[in-house]
Amino acid sequence: MSRERGVIIAGAAETDALGKLPDHSTLQLHIEGAVNAVADAGLTMRDIDGIATVNSPGPVQVAHALGITPAWMDGTAVGGTSFLLHVRHAAAAIRAGYATTVLITHGESGRSRVGAAPWPRGGSSIPGQFEAPYGTTGPTSTFTIPLLRYMKEYGLTQEQLAYVAVAQRKWAARNPRAMFRDLITVEDVLASRIVAYPFHLLECCLVTDGGGALIVTAADRAAEFPKPPVHVLGTGEAMETPMISQMVDFTESQAFRQAGQAAFAEAGITTADVRHMMIYDAFAHVPIYGLEALGFVKKGEAGPFIADGNTEPGGRLPLNTNGGGLSYTHTGMYGMFAIQEGVRQVRGEAAAQVPDAEISVILGNGGMFATSGVLVLGRQAG
Amino acid sequence: MSMSKAVPEPTPETRPFWDGCARGELMLQRCRACGQPYFYPRPICPACGSTDVEWFTASGQATLYSYVINHRPARGFEDDGPYAIAVVELAEGPRMMTNIVGIPNTPEDLVLDMALQVTFEQRGDISLPVFGPAGENQ
Repeated sequence: MSRERGVIIAGAAETDALGKLPDHSTLQLHIEGAVNAVADAGLTMRDIDGIATVNSPGPVQVAHALGITPAWMDGTAVGGTSFLLHVRHAAAAIRAGYATTVLITHGESGRSRVGAAPWPRGGSSIPGQFEAPYGTTGPTSTFTIPLLRYMKEYGLTQEQLAYVAVAQRKWAARNPRAMFRDLITVEDVLASRIVAYPFHLLECCLVTDGGGALIVTAADRAAEFPKPPVHVLGTGEAMETPMISQMVDFTESQAFRQAGQAAFAEAGITTADVRHMMIYDAFAHVPIYGLEALGFVKKGEAGPFIADGNTEPGGRLPLNTNGGGLSYTHTGMYGMFAIQEGVRQVRGEAAAQVPDAEISVILGNGGMFATSGVLVLGRQAG
Repeated sequence: MSMSKAVPEPTPETRPFWDGCARGELMLQRCRACGQPYFYPRPICPACGSTDVEWFTASGQATLYSYVINHRPARGFEDDGPYAIAVVELAEGPRMMTNIVGIPNTPEDLVLDMALQVTFEQRGDISLPVFGPAGENQ
């Protein structure tokens, strides 16, 4: 379906290295990702007339460092899914004629914390008054809270949760850039130390340094670029709650569902059309919530679906094929890396390439089930 | 003081909640237009958008909705051992985050849907609502 002018991702690249990069500041990681993505698209920095990135350092700092003064900017910063929203907003800007060539950057010194913004605090904020006093320590102790309720309601077992990490490690084993590549077993996961019961260390994402960037432009320019176009067929964005305690139903993400419905409707696809899937996996339960929210399986069925091998190499729904946040990399705002893998799969250049990855869907999470973005990417125009 | 637990800093719209805690009362808000009780404190009904809202004293009764047992202590929690960060469902409907007191914070002792009752823990100048097993804190 192409009611509107088509939009493509014409350039996509990550920083040269990911992992532990104490010689790179946050800003340097943005710059390196931007330079690599601009080169991937066969462009120069002068061709960029729109910029989007999160705070901090924010679009003004990144653009200024790159020596450009775009006439369109987006500083949407709603957690790790922000970059998916940037793609959506860039598509709208391109269709509106506000920009022709948008650069979206991510860089985060999540592990080394070089030039990184401090974690927000503030005892007078709403979370500062009603969550922090109870000893929250960020995502590991908050994003994880809904799962016990899900386990009770739907019978998910500790072994099924652990298998999410096992399945993704099988993909990581095929990806030379993945941080952890040695195969693991359910027993290994359950023997790793408890971080926040019921979650073990191997069910929690990595903490790394890295970055990446995208170039978004109009589809009618596709022939100008060296790489095959990746069409943005549908997009969605949604929000639910600023505090995990106020999530409407602890067994499902309304934001995931709403963003997914919007993206699938715009693209005119159903789950049967999806050949490759990325679901932001800050923790092992997030792919379970994601598969159910997007309608790939019914409520309560995602744990067994993954444990039966459906999402691992050779399965019918390849999921998190770079290894995911659990095994590939997770800088803090992982969404950029989920998009990058979707682009690589649609182009046919992924390390663990899936056959016939005509349509890839990326589901992003922001905060603790706070926000979501979904992208439907395709090899052909809609 | 730098190693003490986080202390809430009341704001004008939340002050009645914290004043209630200081009296040993758990205060909630309710919409006078549609009747919806809600938490956290704010001057507008999230169900219907009315700004005609009022405070009332909740029963303090709740059930255990979900939790984690955190093994990476926050500032000030270092000597507590692994502790539950829980979400309880109040008898009036709204849910809130809390800690669980008066019972070991283990998976065996913390059973979802168990009955709980509010109690208050002094934290600096603030009385902080926490929950313990029903019948032991009244």
